[in-house]
Formats: sequence, C-alpha cells, structure tokens
Amino acid sequence: MKVITIAGTPSSGKTSVLLHTLNLFKAEGIKTAAVKFDALATQDHDLYQRRLGIPAIRGLSDYVCPDHYYVSNLEEVLAWGHEQGAALLVIETAGLCFRCAPHINGVPAVTVIDNLSGLGAPEKMGPALKLADVVAITKGDLVSQAEKEVFLHRVRQVNQTARAFHCNGLTGNGVLALKRMIDQWPEVPSLTGLKLRYSMPASVCSYCTGEIRVGRNFQTGNVVKIHVANQN
Amino acid sequence: MLQIKTEDLAPEVPRMASITLLAGRDKSGRGEPLPQLSVEAGQSLAVVGPTGSGKSELLSDIEQWADRDTVTGRRLVVSDGPTGRPHDGGGIVARLSQKTSFVMDSSVEHFLHIHAECRNRGQETIVEQTLDAANQLCGEPIRLGTSLQVLSGGQSRALMIADIAFISDAPVVLIDEIENAGIDKLKALSILSASDKPILVATHDPILMLMAPRRLVMREGGMQRVIETSPEERERLAELRRMDAHLCRARDLIRAGDTLQEREPAL
Repeated sequence: MKVITIAGTPSSGKTSVLLHTLNLFKAEGIKTAAVKFDALATQDHDLYQRRLGIPAIRGLSDYVCPDHYYVSNLEEVLAWGHEQGAALLVIETAGLCFRCAPHINGVPAVTVIDNLSGLGAPEKMGPALKLADVVAITKGDLVSQAEKEVFLHRVRQVNQTARAFHCNGLTGNGVLALKRMIDQWPEVPSLTGLKLRYSMPASVCSYCTGEIRVGRNFQTGNVVKIHVANQN
Repeated sequence: MLQIKTEDLAPEVPRMASITLLAGRDKSGRGEPLPQLSVEAGQSLAVVGPTGSGKSELLSDIEQWADRDTVTGRRLVVSDGPTGRPHDGGGIVARLSQKTSFVMDSSVEHFLHIHAECRNRGQETIVEQTLDAANQLCGEPIRLGTSLQVLSGGQSRALMIADIAFISDAPVVLIDEIENAGIDKLKALSILSASDKPILVATHDPILMLMAPRRLVMREGGMQRVIETSPEERERLAELRRMDAHLCRARDLIRAGDTLQEREPAL
C-alpha cells in the first residue's frame, strides 16, 4: 500500500486537492482510503465517503496535542488502511500551529499552501513546508500571474528541493501533476520505527494537564518566558 | 526523506518555438475532427465556442501538459523546448483571467521590483519597460508610487498584461477573456505577441476573436476546425472596433455624469 501524509494551512484546500486527486485514481479503478486527523471537529471524512464513496475515518485529538495524537495513532490507521484493501492511503492532518510537521522519513510528504496566504506565509510555515517532498500551491486562479510567480519563489526560498506545482482546489485543474508523482512513489510496507522529519514540541506544563487559570502562580513544569526587553 | 533527482527539477522553463496539441476525444468519446492544433511563438489563436464547448478543458490540457492522461486524451508536444514535462515550478502557462486580481499590499514599483528580482531580470530597465507598456494600454496613467490596491480594473489588467509580456518566464500565454474596462485590446495582443510566446485567447468577444489571425472552433468538447480571419472579416473588425469605441465613449460620458446628445456621431 502507498501512503502519503498531507499537511497545510487552514482552508488552503488540502481536502479539495485530495478529493480531486483520489478521483483520478478512482477513475483507474485503484482503491484508496483516507484518514483525517483534526483537533475538535471535522466532517471531511464524510466528504471522502460521499463524494468518492471510499472508506474514510477521522481522528479527533480533543484535549491532547493534535500532532502528538497523530503520531501516536499512525500504526493503527495503517492497519485500518490494509483492512480496507486500499492501494493508496492518504493521511490528512489539520491545518494547525506549524510548530512541527506530520511528515515522516520514507513516506512521501505533501504540503498545501495557498496564494492568498500572503508573501510572508512560506517563511512562517516552518518544517511542514521546509521538509515536504511536494508543495501544492492553490488559489492561483484568484491572483495575478506575477504574484503566483513571486509566491512560488518564496516557497523555493524555504524549500529548494520539493517539487512545487499550482493547482485549483475547486476545479481540480493541476492535480494531475500530483497523481503522476504518486504513480511513481513506492509502497510503504510499515510505519513502525520510521522517524518524524522534525521533532514535536516539548510540553508538559500545568496547562498541558488541564490548568486554565492565567498567572505565574498557576504555571508549573516546563514554562518558558518571553524576553520583552532588548528585542529591538 | 525521499530521494529526488535533480533532473526532475526544472524551475526555469525555456522559450518554446511552438506548441502542438494532438487530438483526443470529444465529450461523447468520438475522435476530434481536427487532428492537431499548433500555435507558433509570437502568434495568437482565438478559442471560440459556446459555454460548455470545451474551451476551459483545452486550456487545462495545455497547462497540465496533457500526455494522453487527461479526460480528453489529448497530447501536448512542444518544439524547441524542454524534452520532458517539467514536474516543478509554476508550469508552462501564464494565465490572465477576469477573476484574477492583485492581493499584495505593495506599491506598483516595489511589486515590479520583487517580481523582476525573483526572475533574475535586470531590474531598472525592466520595471520601466513594464510600466511604459502598461501605460500604453490604459487611458489613466499608472504611477510607480501607487498602491496596487487602488488601481482601477483597467489599470490592474494593463499592468498584469505588461508584466506577463516583460517579466513572467512562463513560455505560453493563456488569456481567459479581457474585459472592456479601459484597455486597448489590440495593443495588448501586440505587446504580448512581441514577447515571442504562443498566445491563446479564450473569449466570447467578437473583436478579440477577429483580432487573432486564426481561431479554433470548439464544439461539444472537440476541436472542430481552424478558421483564418479573412480580409472581409478584417474589414468587419474595423467596423466592430468603431462600434466598440462608440459604446465606450457613451459609457464614459454617462459614468462621468454627462448626458448623451441626441445626434449620433457617424459610425
């Protein structure tokens, strides 16, 4: 079974890009399955089922860090994918804080970012963009050609080696490029023992364990303070 | 991380002497009447046909470098260009459509500079050339210090066209309709043609259709035939342009709060 991880900024079109891409596989009679990880709510798994009729599940992290929850459940979703008899399993994560990235060494990693997110967005996005193998840039139909080219250049400055391409999440125009890449990718037999491309944040402070009050007196454990002085 | 071969990366797509689309199937699965379609660099081709006739699909086949793997089954062949399909970068097509707008918060000058910079172009001359060209296209002059966000519809479109002609590196130009708003369409086409790229214009505007020396007729998803603009049609074009100018004058007068005179100036 082939496996890909997909990350991206909120509302950048991760699900739309995947829906169009998986539809191309469906047309070839290739079985696919989708997992959506999110924090509190998502109906995206429902979209995969209704639009494509493919098996899809969701994992909601609720009170746990969504990225930690994601990595803690990778073996489970891989086993689920196998049970579905899928030839391709896509693991879509929520567009969250971008301190870390869901991407794993040895598993093709796709990151979606949109042209409307601003020229500073690629730099701010951190490891999710820097460590991706493929960058899908969406919403190019809404901005000038010049801005598309400048935005791509900014993406390049953050990640020189990824394959980047433009695509339209509404019409699906451009996703053929991703489909062609997936065709070339190898299967991922197991995830056990593979390593994340970027470590997850150290946490475990009082807020991690349910503290909700603001103030020094309530902060214990791993607490880091801002340096307000001498920043300029 | 996955191994990525450096030869797969082709961010700079070179100039193309011509593009050729080999026929596939129409919407009902029949072979297309026109076996192939070629557009040379510096030439423009209008794509005509009613809504749903397959114009967008045709443009998309070019954008996606179709290789018998799109719904139409067409194949794109490029002469004097890259031998393989570039997996990377902004693609081979610069697209100008009515939906696009500037979203950047920047002055015209800063914007042109950063675009020229990321395309490794000599900045001073190219920024001037681009602004000059844009100003030839629209009535209201664009100034370097103006914010992109306050440009009028016509000014934005003029700047986008000039930018595609002078700064953009994409070797093919697709125009998805140019609106009437204060743009000299003939000059726009000639500025783009001078940039020596194949140009495709999908349009419902008879003036734009006749401005291109050739037009492709689309029907039910298939390429039907190519018609060359005849001398008679070029005469009709002159007449249509006068009518268009007449309409524009009336629009400008009414917009400016003036009234129209009873007597019609001769067409």
